[in-house]
Amino acid sequence: MADSHHANGHGSNGHAHGAEPAAKPDTFEVRILRQDAPGEPSYWERHTVKYESDMNVISVLQRIAAKATSSEGKRVAPVAWDCNCLEEVCGACTMVINGKVRQSCSALVDKLLTDHPAEIELQPMTKFPVVRDLVVDRGRLFRALQKVNAWIPVDGYYDLGPGPKVPASIQEQTYPLSECMSCGCCLEACPQYLKVELVRDEGETEEAYQARKNKTFDSEFVGAHAISQAMLFNMHPTGAMNAGDRLEALTAEGGIQVCGNAQNCVAVCPKRIPLTTSIARAGRATTLHTLKKWFGG
Amino acid sequence: MAKQRVLIVGGGLAGLAAAMKLAELDIAVDLMSLTPVKRSHSVCAQGGINSVNDLTRQQGDTEYLHLDDTVYGGDFLQHQPPVKEMTVWGPKIIELMDRLGVTFNRTPEGFLDRRRFGGTLFKRTAFAGATTGQQLLYGLDEQVRRWETEGKVKKYEFWDFLGPVLDDNGVCRGAIGQDLTTMEMRAFPADAVIVASGGPGLIYGRSTMSMVCTGSAASRCFQAGAKFGNGEFIQVHPTAIPGADKLRLMSESARGEGGRVWVPRKPQDPRDPLTIPENERYYFLEDRYPKYKNLVPRDIATREIFDICVNEGLSVEKDRLAVYLDLTHIPRAELNRKLGGILEIYEKFQGVDPRSTPMKIFPAVHYSMGGLWVDYQKSADGGLQQGSPKNQITNIPNLYAMGECDYQYHGANRLGANSLLSCIFSGLITAPGIETLLKGSKQAASELPSSLFERAMKQQKTRHEGLLKRPAGGENPYLIHQELGDVMTKAATVVRRNDQLRDAVAKVKELHERSHKCSLSDSGVWTNQNVVFTKSLIDMFPLALTILQGALARDESRGAHYKPDFSFSALTATDPTERRRQAEAWCDNFDENNRKWLKSTIATWDGKEVKLSYEDVDTSIVTPRPRLYGLVGAEEIEKVWKERQVAKEQAAAKNGNGAAAGKPALAGAH
Repeated sequence: MADSHHANGHGSNGHAHGAEPAAKPDTFEVRILRQDAPGEPSYWERHTVKYESDMNVISVLQRIAAKATSSEGKRVAPVAWDCNCLEEVCGACTMVINGKVRQSCSALVDKLLTDHPAEIELQPMTKFPVVRDLVVDRGRLFRALQKVNAWIPVDGYYDLGPGPKVPASIQEQTYPLSECMSCGCCLEACPQYLKVELVRDEGETEEAYQARKNKTFDSEFVGAHAISQAMLFNMHPTGAMNAGDRLEALTAEGGIQVCGNAQNCVAVCPKRIPLTTSIARAGRATTLHTLKKWFGG
Repeated sequence: MAKQRVLIVGGGLAGLAAAMKLAELDIAVDLMSLTPVKRSHSVCAQGGINSVNDLTRQQGDTEYLHLDDTVYGGDFLQHQPPVKEMTVWGPKIIELMDRLGVTFNRTPEGFLDRRRFGGTLFKRTAFAGATTGQQLLYGLDEQVRRWETEGKVKKYEFWDFLGPVLDDNGVCRGAIGQDLTTMEMRAFPADAVIVASGGPGLIYGRSTMSMVCTGSAASRCFQAGAKFGNGEFIQVHPTAIPGADKLRLMSESARGEGGRVWVPRKPQDPRDPLTIPENERYYFLEDRYPKYKNLVPRDIATREIFDICVNEGLSVEKDRLAVYLDLTHIPRAELNRKLGGILEIYEKFQGVDPRSTPMKIFPAVHYSMGGLWVDYQKSADGGLQQGSPKNQITNIPNLYAMGECDYQYHGANRLGANSLLSCIFSGLITAPGIETLLKGSKQAASELPSSLFERAMKQQKTRHEGLLKRPAGGENPYLIHQELGDVMTKAATVVRRNDQLRDAVAKVKELHERSHKCSLSDSGVWTNQNVVFTKSLIDMFPLALTILQGALARDESRGAHYKPDFSFSALTATDPTERRRQAEAWCDNFDENNRKWLKSTIATWDGKEVKLSYEDVDTSIVTPRPRLYGLVGAEEIEKVWKERQVAKEQAAAKNGNGAAAGKPALAGAH
């Protein structure tokens, strides 16, 4: 029932918007890079998905989960993936789609098939350890927010009156930075951000393992998102009181000096956050900060 | 005594607000969430957060009026003391969020900017672009991260709450959780457990809610004996973009700027909509409401769009419900100037330019006013007693609920931009109460005999392994979920009819049976999303039945619950005497109906069935009055109703009845 309608409906609708191909396929192919668990080999698997109108990659993965059968007719476990809001504000469903890192909720099947009719290719992000299939562990990304003290250190949560006045011009600069949803696209695209994959040692406690992970993460590049967040809080009147702590973190190992200015981050950011502006600002601020320290400021 | 700990389930606005405040009070917190807390559903809230403010105050606004708008909007079904307290805290909460660095929009002078929202005449709503929920959530997330680095909060992200652990006296002593990556189960002894797990939108299949909004955590508490209040009150937003995976909101401003709603007169006309001539189009809102046209009130728009698709079969698509929302007659430049942002959303997710092709929209389940029943301690001034451990506690001792998963603040319908406030408020008010609770306890949960937790662990393991071992060839959980969503969407959203609800109850019971026969396509022991989903699906049924049975039993229309067979009709007479008589009769009906139905629906689960009972609502501050917006004869009814109120007050004053006399005094105090 569904397919005959959709095939008809869209065949006649197609000419309304010229970018779409004239005829919709009954089915299309999806090629997915799967991995059963960390340390296991990865492998490609093909799935044939019935075409429906208005599909995105999320709904493709939902159909694959419901069917749990590969193109070869083999019963397989559903493909694991991460998602939540499906509106491109939570950042969860990031993956590499047809070679490009992006959110799967806003990746529309019609558009993907127009650009690349043969198939849709899904891979996990490559800069984070694979947990399973398209699910990756982005814990390092959140650790970077700890490293740069990405918060306002308020006195407490009792009623202490209003916050500081903020000029609208500052809000217009900070609001775009605070739209960062920690999706990791900027890190996937960054040549300097290299994958770190650790394994819990036998007999190692959870706490010890977490401490070892944090130590390793802290010595590696923090990435564009964290630099931008540090600048966000340094621009806030209260946050500025601790600006030095954030600059200190950005000049430490794995800090801003690792950035090679490839500018890939800003190109892939789904929220069009001016990451390179933040990096430039951080570059100037850290230089000044270091100079001040030399002269005992 | 060993260190006491509090377990919070859910890291949206409510859970994070509670975590941050508990940490400040030096109470150790474990924070469990299905998703990294920064990705919680609160990020989806766009509009803003309400409070009285310095500007509105000078225009006559008060906390009392915010309370009044809230309970009027909620058709008086919420207890008024907690709402009163929330409105008093409103300004302080916004100041706090401002101090936390939330990037609220600013006036040229640098103050917080405000906008007007539905259901009020005052500009109460603070906002941060079109992503206020996201910005507020980030503000709290950052604070909790700060406490995390200090070791005061321990996060368990990608963990599933499997259920509370109750001791032999029925007191909550912790919970069982499961790591979604390793599938390891673990007991979390806790001196208090807070469930802040959000709404149950996935019961409807697709809604505007996020994928973690399965309602499973609330359902697991319900099945463990927690009461559920007002389940049948589900808010439906009139215009959403139907997606294959989710229904995304389309702002009402599209209609405000001249958008026209229509369907082809020929069912499922396959032609390109732009080629369908005017006389073959049915502009049903303009036709049925010549005065308001496309700008009929939100609930009426929702009902009419629903009716045209479901009852008249005029959906623009055969197997999906949608009508056209047409902007193509408005010049492109004008659209870009006035509606650029929202049109981009449509374009991004539909891949179609709404400036040149009519949008397809349909109402969508948006918010659950009902939720876990929670208590409160009323203070002498009619608000909440601060520091009382009763605030936000469920009927299970030591088990708390807050945020969208409680039933406390929104009555029969939620006012826009009040949900963010209720979430943060309930988080902040609960923490000091829990501090009191913990101080009064002589033994830490971690010192209790381990057998208590082992017993609960064993139950959960049996359930989990039973599912993994199900033979192949059984039911498909994803398809059962689809069926459940279809039944619920058809019977228990916009227009409710008892025959349909009765059928739906039977159908959902049958699906519930079938859900126990699911076969899993993944029996693995690593990141098994299949089994996690199946468990949450099975747990949707008790709540689905709560919604349906509550709706079936409630033979009236109130707020979001609309039953045409039990609605009061408009005044029809033109003769003044007869019209007056009709208005008198209308008011009699209104009073009689309130005597019967101005009550919270309380559901309990006996292991197999939902049992309903009713509780009185505390309306001690604002006397319930009719909501007449858009009704023919509203002026006449209002006149009669006001006269009656005056008469009642005079009679009460004569009798020296303190309760009634106290009301104006209380109102004046604001």
